[in-house]
Amino acid sequence: MSIEDVSPTVTAWTTGRVIEKELPTPTTVRLRMHVDDRLRHRPGQHYLIRLRAPDDYTAQRSYSLASDDSDPLLEFLVEKLPGGEVSEFLAEVAEVGDVLEMRGPIGRWFTWDTRTPALCLVGGTGVVPAVAMTRAARHAGAPGLVRVVAVGRSPDTLPYDDELRRSGATLAYTRHLDGTRPSGPPTVDELRPLLEGVEIAYVCGSSRFAGLAETLLRDCGVPMESIRVEQFGATG
Amino acid sequence: MPVTRGFFRRRPDGPEGRLPPGQYDVGSGWPVLTAEATPRIRPEDWTITVDGLVDRPTTWTWAEAQDLPRSTYTGDIHCVTTWSKFDVAFTGVSVDVLLEAAGPQPDAAFVLAHASTGYTTNLPLSDVTDGKAWVVWEFGGKPLAREHGGPVRLLVPHLYFWKSAKWVSRLELLAEDEPGFWERNGYHDRGDPWREQRYQGDA
Repeated sequence: MSIEDVSPTVTAWTTGRVIEKELPTPTTVRLRMHVDDRLRHRPGQHYLIRLRAPDDYTAQRSYSLASDDSDPLLEFLVEKLPGGEVSEFLAEVAEVGDVLEMRGPIGRWFTWDTRTPALCLVGGTGVVPAVAMTRAARHAGAPGLVRVVAVGRSPDTLPYDDELRRSGATLAYTRHLDGTRPSGPPTVDELRPLLEGVEIAYVCGSSRFAGLAETLLRDCGVPMESIRVEQFGATG
Repeated sequence: MPVTRGFFRRRPDGPEGRLPPGQYDVGSGWPVLTAEATPRIRPEDWTITVDGLVDRPTTWTWAEAQDLPRSTYTGDIHCVTTWSKFDVAFTGVSVDVLLEAAGPQPDAAFVLAHASTGYTTNLPLSDVTDGKAWVVWEFGGKPLAREHGGPVRLLVPHLYFWKSAKWVSRLELLAEDEPGFWERNGYHDRGDPWREQRYQGDA
């Protein structure tokens, strides 16, 4: 049975406990959480995290999973946004042992079926679903099925850069020289060979990044209907 | 559900009675969320068709749509990702005008809205009639931007905003409800923000 068949459509609120917390960079927090009665998920899906104040005021946001279905914990990498009531709480207040309201997995479109040759063109914290896809590909014994081009200003703005580099990803720094390529966004010439045999392209990042990535993929001849996009703005 | 340790309300409630549960006021921002590559559609290439269970399947070109009686929605919009935006103004044509021309048949009870990208969303017919829905091409008196669905999008402001299909090109009237794009992918079939109908499984 494939994960496609078991990933649920209907979800309900439950709770999860923070098992690990770290701050990989000053602007991100990585949480690993245990959820009782967890439902299975496909790489690319996200979860809702909801915070509840004593007066019953709630705030919820959705966060992409970095972990694949085989991981006993759910892993999130959250960017701390200035004034973001949920992301600042997760980075500054939440501690190991805390229990948070959670619901998922959500989203059955921006997902990878663990079979189709895919390319991820992702920027900044948009690398998170690509990390889940590469982990799922490794777990499936087919790491070559997912190729990743990750774009960031510099290594400290690109989460999971070590893991992605080890898995063979192309890391494109726009403001940093790493000795492998000139600094700047990826080019058509860099991308085209990676697209050979690829049947689906995933774009994840800011609205501005997604616009640039779509143009680049189109310039490489990728049909629009093969492009799936997940973009995020500063919604806190 | 338990109170979250260390979490307190920092945001004001918003205007009395205008912020649905679980939403926050995004202020002057307007986040862009799409699932597909953003298309470039020239107004002169855009058309809208009303078909399915209607007496007179009808297609309007951009120029023909501009000649229809205009109306403006002024009010609030609510996105399932929890932002709400107050006091927006969209201008276009009421869906009532399009339906009156096409003549819905008695058994038409649902609408499947199609976008030129292939995106679809389903709505009960009663949610797009009696002044509740528009096909719009202006935002704040200016042409609707491409990333917000320009040249023309559907506007159903009393439901979560994924129902307001960007780049709308067809309203198909049906007897039975048929889940659209996000609805097949885990989102609610109706999407009433006041009842927090966000995802499949919500009451």
